[in-house]
Amino acid sequence: MKDTISQNQPVIEAKGLNLVFQTADGPVQALKDVNLTVAKGDFVSFIGPSGCGKTTFLRAIAALEHPTSGTLTVNGMSPDEARRKRAYGYVFQAAGLYPWRTIRGNIKLPLEIMGFSKADQEERVQRVLELVELKGFGKKFPWQLSGGMQQRASIARALAFDADILLMDEPFGALDEIVRDRLNEEVLKLWARTGKTIGFVTHSIPEAVYLSTKIVVMSPRPGRITDVIDSPLPKERPLDIRDSREFIEIAHRVREGLRAGHHED
Amino acid sequence: MSWVPAHSGWLAGALMLWLVLWAASVMLARREGRGVRLVVPVLFGLSLLVLWEGIVRAWAVAPVILPAPSVIAAKIAASGPVLWQDFAQTILKGAVPGFLIGAGAAFAVAILIDRSPFLQRGLLPVGNFVAALPIVGLAPILVMWFGFDWQSKAAVVVVMVFFPMLVNIVAGLQASERMQRDLMATWGASYLQTLLRLRLPAAMPFVFNGLKIASTLALIGAIVAEFFGSPIYGMGFRISTEVGRLGLDMVWAEIAVAALAGSVFYGLIALIERGVTFWHPSQRK
Repeated sequence: MKDTISQNQPVIEAKGLNLVFQTADGPVQALKDVNLTVAKGDFVSFIGPSGCGKTTFLRAIAALEHPTSGTLTVNGMSPDEARRKRAYGYVFQAAGLYPWRTIRGNIKLPLEIMGFSKADQEERVQRVLELVELKGFGKKFPWQLSGGMQQRASIARALAFDADILLMDEPFGALDEIVRDRLNEEVLKLWARTGKTIGFVTHSIPEAVYLSTKIVVMSPRPGRITDVIDSPLPKERPLDIRDSREFIEIAHRVREGLRAGHHED
Repeated sequence: MSWVPAHSGWLAGALMLWLVLWAASVMLARREGRGVRLVVPVLFGLSLLVLWEGIVRAWAVAPVILPAPSVIAAKIAASGPVLWQDFAQTILKGAVPGFLIGAGAAFAVAILIDRSPFLQRGLLPVGNFVAALPIVGLAPILVMWFGFDWQSKAAVVVVMVFFPMLVNIVAGLQASERMQRDLMATWGASYLQTLLRLRLPAAMPFVFNGLKIASTLALIGAIVAEFFGSPIYGMGFRISTEVGRLGLDMVWAEIAVAALAGSVFYGLIALIERGVTFWHPSQRK
């Protein structure tokens, strides 16, 4: 199978990555000398204060931003090539559903663009709606659903075309704690079921520790990686794992990393 | 004319009927329902007509100053063929084709200049300049160019409609959110796919705003352009000649037709808008 060839190859690999934005106030170094390797099936969280470049890095992986220097490969290709091969599903902070399409129509949109057959579209929409527990809401319009349901629909949309890589940029940042816990659990289940590689931007320490196999701590001005933590937590994670000693230790280390980044200012 | 009504019976009767109709519409307006929404404005309008009739008759206002609604109605009933001919000439041949050509051309040009920042920066200011030209200056020139018949009227309407439409469509094409465009990019969507599935639907509220403004402009343009030369029929022609002959009842009849046509035109666009942009916060139920 094709998987055996790519098994050992990193899914995302950044070497000496720099990204400078030209703004009205002069150049801003959004990313400085970023080195990172993400293996297939990893759940990587990027955590840090605003301005640390975590979103910029995620956008660079998706070819929405272009690095100034250094190399960045996705599945061994340039991000632009990977995008043309439809390597990623991207979930933004807001659901970004198109209000003139139903939930079903929104999930179908990327499938239409990518030229899936009509029957295949129907079947996939049905499957992902069930996956995010929105079965029966397909005919509703986005503005008829709650914020949490909209965000689930946007995750379904990103899953519909079966990209290997799921990039999520603070997907639950605007939701309340209870909904957020539920969706975190669902994302973990989804990850276990599909074996996708997930990149997840957050500024919540518990969220990062709860979800990830790898936590990337970043700090601002210039945006850089200060710590990479490989989580010893098991893949099976009930919500109350957050009271375990291991969990608290990792959370502590993340907090220390964030604090260290701030001292260098 | 004195301030004491010559026929106070008319005034008293009209006032009574007006009060009754007014009270009925006030009472109905408190209720909910589709029928009520239709009946209330009709009743209210009717009550105003009654008041108008009463005042004109009570003070015996000269018909040249203000004819009574009943006189206007009689004139409309008596001159059906003439009004229809004028309507066909001015609205069906002048305003509607001009509106369609102007809006269609604006749409095509908006799509064409969408990818060219140079054209957007160069053409839009020129467009604003042309849009600021007064119609009374423009119309005689276009009548010279395109002749007395409806073609010159349609041309005036095209010029009046084109730039407001263009400005609205160009703004509408930029109305989609960055995140929505980023999503299209992550799916590897082409320019055309993004245009058809994101930017055009997102532009529709702007397009319909433009169409509604353009519909009133089209009516004004088609009528006023006839003041500067026309065959011996047409709404603008009729209004200007009947004013000269003191046939004010005919002028009012034409005005009534124009108001009705304008309302239907506007209402039709608003109806289509509701169907197309049902998703927009201003249209949601």
